[in-house]
Amino acid sequence: MGWRRWPGAGFALAMNLPERPMRWAQRRLGPSLAWLFVGPNLLVFGLFTFLPILIDFWYAVTGGTNLLPGERPFTGLQNVHALLACGDYRDPATCERDLFWHGIWNTLAFVLLQVTLMVGFSLLTALVLNRRILARGFFRAVFFYPVLLSPVVVALIWKWILQRHGVLNAALGGTPTDWLLDPHGAFFWTVFVSVWAHMGFYTLILLSGLQAIPRDIYEAAAMDATGPLTSFRRLTLPLLMPTLLVVLVLSLIRAVQIFDEVFVLTGGGPGTATTYIVQFIYETGFAQQVREYGMAAAASLLLAGVLLVLTLLQLRAGRARSGA
Amino acid sequence: MKQLCRAAVLALTVCIATPAAAADLRVECYGDGVECEVTGTLAQRFMQAHPETHIAIDKVPYKAIQESLPVQLAAGNGPDIARVTDFGAIQRYFLDMRPLLADPAYWDSNFGATLAWMQSGADDHGIYGLPTQLTVTGPIVNKSLFDQAGIALPGPKASWADWAGASAAVARATHTQAGMAMDRSGHRFAMGAISYGAKYFAADGQPAVVDAGFRNFAAQFVDWNRDGTIEKEVWAAAGGGAYRDAFQDFAQGRIVVYLSGSWQVSRLESSIGDGFEWVVAPPFCGPATCTAMPGGAAFVAFKSSHAPKEAAQFLDFLASAPVYAEMAAKTANIPAHAGLQKAGVKYEAAPRVASALDQFTVAASGVDPAAYRLQGYLLNRPIFNATAARLSQAIVGELTLDQALARITQDVQSALAAAQ
Repeated sequence: MGWRRWPGAGFALAMNLPERPMRWAQRRLGPSLAWLFVGPNLLVFGLFTFLPILIDFWYAVTGGTNLLPGERPFTGLQNVHALLACGDYRDPATCERDLFWHGIWNTLAFVLLQVTLMVGFSLLTALVLNRRILARGFFRAVFFYPVLLSPVVVALIWKWILQRHGVLNAALGGTPTDWLLDPHGAFFWTVFVSVWAHMGFYTLILLSGLQAIPRDIYEAAAMDATGPLTSFRRLTLPLLMPTLLVVLVLSLIRAVQIFDEVFVLTGGGPGTATTYIVQFIYETGFAQQVREYGMAAAASLLLAGVLLVLTLLQLRAGRARSGA
Repeated sequence: MKQLCRAAVLALTVCIATPAAAADLRVECYGDGVECEVTGTLAQRFMQAHPETHIAIDKVPYKAIQESLPVQLAAGNGPDIARVTDFGAIQRYFLDMRPLLADPAYWDSNFGATLAWMQSGADDHGIYGLPTQLTVTGPIVNKSLFDQAGIALPGPKASWADWAGASAAVARATHTQAGMAMDRSGHRFAMGAISYGAKYFAADGQPAVVDAGFRNFAAQFVDWNRDGTIEKEVWAAAGGGAYRDAFQDFAQGRIVVYLSGSWQVSRLESSIGDGFEWVVAPPFCGPATCTAMPGGAAFVAFKSSHAPKEAAQFLDFLASAPVYAEMAAKTANIPAHAGLQKAGVKYEAAPRVASALDQFTVAASGVDPAAYRLQGYLLNRPIFNATAARLSQAIVGELTLDQALARITQDVQSALAAAQ
C-alpha cells in the first residue's frame, strides 16, 4: 500500500518546493512580483504585436518603394488622402484608388451575408446536434472536419468542383458552366465556401454553450406547458447570448480578414467581384513590381480601425444586454 | 599552463595564416523546365575546376522570385545569384560584373541586345547578369483540330482577324470549347497591340500606353472575349494583374490556338505527347506589323554577395560558348547568345520541340523594335499588370472600354510616381 502513497507525497513535495522562495519574493517585491510573471509574455507580445503596429504606422506616413523604415521619406497623411479621395464613396469608379473601394464594398457585402449565414447555420446545426439524434457523434465530426483543412486545400477542392470541367458540371450534365465566371455567382460561392469551411468551429462553440444550460430549466418550462419555440426564444436564446456574442465577434473579425480561400478560389475575379480588402492590401504591398508599402500600411490601419470600432460596439451591446 | 597558452597561440596563428575559407555561392533558381537541374550539373563541373568555390542551387517557385526575392535583397539577405525575369524591381541590387569578367567584350558582342534590359538607362554600360534564354511569344496551333475540321491553316502573313475567324470555325466544326486563348498577361497582349500599331512610349521616351493602336486591339480583344472567339475564362475569371495561363485547356484539346510562348514547348511535348499534332505558327499580323514579344530570363549577380569575384567567375563559365550551347540544348531554350543563334543549337529534345523552337527563333528575328523597347523598359511590369487588370474589368462589364483605358493610364502614372 505504501508505494501507492509515494507518488502523491512526491507531488505535494514538488508543489511545496517553490513556496518558500515565492513567499520570500512576495515579501521583498510586493505587488511588483506580478511583472515577473507577465514580463516574458509582454516582451513577446510587444516584440511581435505592438512593435509591428508601430512600424505599420510609420510605413503609413511614409512613401517611396524602399523597404527599410529609415530609408523612407515622410509624406504625412498623403497615403490616407489618396485612399479616401472619392467623388462619390458609393461609386468606386469616381475614386482615385477605385480598387480600394471595390475592396471595401465587397468586404462589407461579404461580411453582412457571410456572418449572418454563418451564425444562423452554426446555431441551427448546434441545436440539431444538441438533440438526441441517430449518429450524433458522426455528424459532429462531419461538421467539424472542414475546420481541420488548410484554407488553400479548401479553395482547391472547391475550385475542382466548380470549374467548367469540374465535379459539379459532371454531376449535372448538359452544357458545362464555369460557376466562377459570373460576378454574382462567384461572390455567392466565396460566401458559401467560407461558411462551409468555418461553420464547424462556431457550431462547436455554440454546442458547448447549449450544453452549459442546465436541463432543469427546460424541465420546469415543460411543466409550465411552454412550447418548443417559446422555450427557444425565452430560455435558450437569452442564456446562449454570451456565447453567441463571442461567435459573432469571432466570425465578424474572420470575415473582414477573408483572403486566403478567396485568393486561391477566384483570384479576386471576375473583374473585381471578389476582391476583398485584404487582397487589395496584399497586392498593393507585395505583388506589384512597384511596391507601395505605405499605401498598403495605410489601408491596413483603416481596416484595423474599422475592426476595432465594430468589436467595441459589439462588446458594448453585450454589456448593455447583460446589464439589462 | 604554459603549454596550454602556447597551444592557444599556435592555434590562433594557424587560423590567421590559413588562406581565406572557400567561397560559398548561393544561387536562387526557378525553372520553367529543367533549367535548375542543368545549372546544378554545370555547377558541379565548375566546382571540380574551382575547388575553392562551393555552389548551392536553391530551386524555388517563380512566385518566390517575384515576391520574396525583392524583400530578401532589401533586407540584405539575398542570394549571390538569382534567375529572374523582372529586372526593374531589383535593378538597384545588381552587381556590375564588367570589371570582374575575363573578357567583357565577348559578353558585349554576344549578349549586347539583352544586356541592355538589365541596365538602368542609356548611360549605364554595366554587365549585370547572364541572359540564359530568349523567349518569344507566339501562337501554338492544334493542327489535328484544323485537319479534323477540314480547314486549312491561315498563311504566313495572315492577320489576327484571319486567325480569329479560322479558329472559331474550327471550334464550331469540332465542338471545341473556344477558338483561341491567350495567357492572362499584359506581355502577351502587347504582341497584338504592337501589331495594331501601339508604341507604348511617347516621343520623349516616357510611357504613353494608350494610343490608337493599343485602343483598337483592346477593343477587338474585349469583343473576342465577349463573343467567345477567345476563351473568356482565362482573363475574366481572375482579378488584379494576376498571371494565369491556358496551358491545361490547350493540352487537353479544348482550345484551337493558344497564344503563349517558346518557354512552353517542352512542357507541351511532355503533356501532350502523341495526343494530337501541334505546331507553332508565325506571329499574327495587324494593320501595322506582324510581331512577337521578346522576353527572357537571366542569372543576375547581386552587390550584397560576399564572393562577387567568384559569382562573376561562375557566370563567365556559364557564358562560355560550349557551356552555354550545352545549357540551351539541354533546357530546350532559345539562346540569347548571338553567336549561337547564328550557328544554331542542336536541341536534345524531341523533333517536334526542336522544330517549334526553330519556328520561334525565326519569329525572334522579326520582332518589332517597339516590342524590344517595351521589354527593355525597367518598369514595364506596371504596364502589363494594369493591362490585364483593367481589360478584364472591361470584359466582364464592370468598366466600359474607355473607362478601362483611362484607368490603365492612371495606374501606370501612379506606379511610376511611386517608383520615383
